[in-house]
Amino acid sequence: MPVAYIPRTRELYNAYTPYRWVMNEEPPPWTPLGKPLAECKVALMSSGGVLYRDQPRFHREDTSYRLIPKSARRDELTVWHFGYPTGDAEKDPNCVFPLERMREFEAAGRIGELCDPAFTFMGGIYSARKVREELAPKIVEELRSRNVEAFYLVPA
Amino acid sequence: MCHQSVGLIAREVEAAGIPTLCMTSAYDITQAVNPPRAVFVNYPLGHQTGKPDDPENQRAIIRDALAAFETISKPGTIVELPYVWDANDRRWEETDYTPGFLPPRPRKADADLAEQERRRRYTTGNPG
Repeated sequence: MPVAYIPRTRELYNAYTPYRWVMNEEPPPWTPLGKPLAECKVALMSSGGVLYRDQPRFHREDTSYRLIPKSARRDELTVWHFGYPTGDAEKDPNCVFPLERMREFEAAGRIGELCDPAFTFMGGIYSARKVREELAPKIVEELRSRNVEAFYLVPA
Repeated sequence: MCHQSVGLIAREVEAAGIPTLCMTSAYDITQAVNPPRAVFVNYPLGHQTGKPDDPENQRAIIRDALAAFETISKPGTIVELPYVWDANDRRWEETDYTPGFLPPRPRKADADLAEQERRRRYTTGNPG
């Protein structure tokens, strides 16, 4: 049975006004995959707060993001996030940011090409408006300018 | 919160004409934000693409997830994968994201120090 995280969050932060989660009743937008994934340029994004080398850490309500070179090694990555226990991700970033695995799928021809760079941010942003209006348009621009054809997102 | 943010971005990106797929381990949050395509793995938060240092497990999850790019045809579908975190111990389901579950936030001074250390390591000559 999936864990019911909405009531748990309410309990965890019960000193605060209950958080109003986004409830999108209307059907999501839809763009069909134009061709087989094996021919698509795929971009990877993680909300797990992954940082590369000396990149600055994330802050509260931070809608900035980081570009992670596709060739990044595991020991060049670190994790900065308030919203989940980061121990396992620090040990192995592939738990929330599967860059090594995606490189393998590219090498094996399962995806046409892995976009360079990959993208990370710190997903613990309470303001849905800020995510929609500040962060998302920048990501759309990053993906468009690199002709990305499929976008794979991993929360943490 | 991460699940909501990711779902919101997926909807915007999809609306801009690029197909998206979201991983999720928080079914209720993802169902509420309602992204175009999602794949559910019943693992504790922080392991949406698998267990640490278990590339085989990570590979299997991502392989199945990528397939959903091509198999989901109804907007808002959440595909559930069969992977089990620990067949003999499901206690994490009782404790994940309950009071006491999050480690204390590091103090600002410690965080600044860690950041300075990384800067020193990567900007003065001898990286790695």
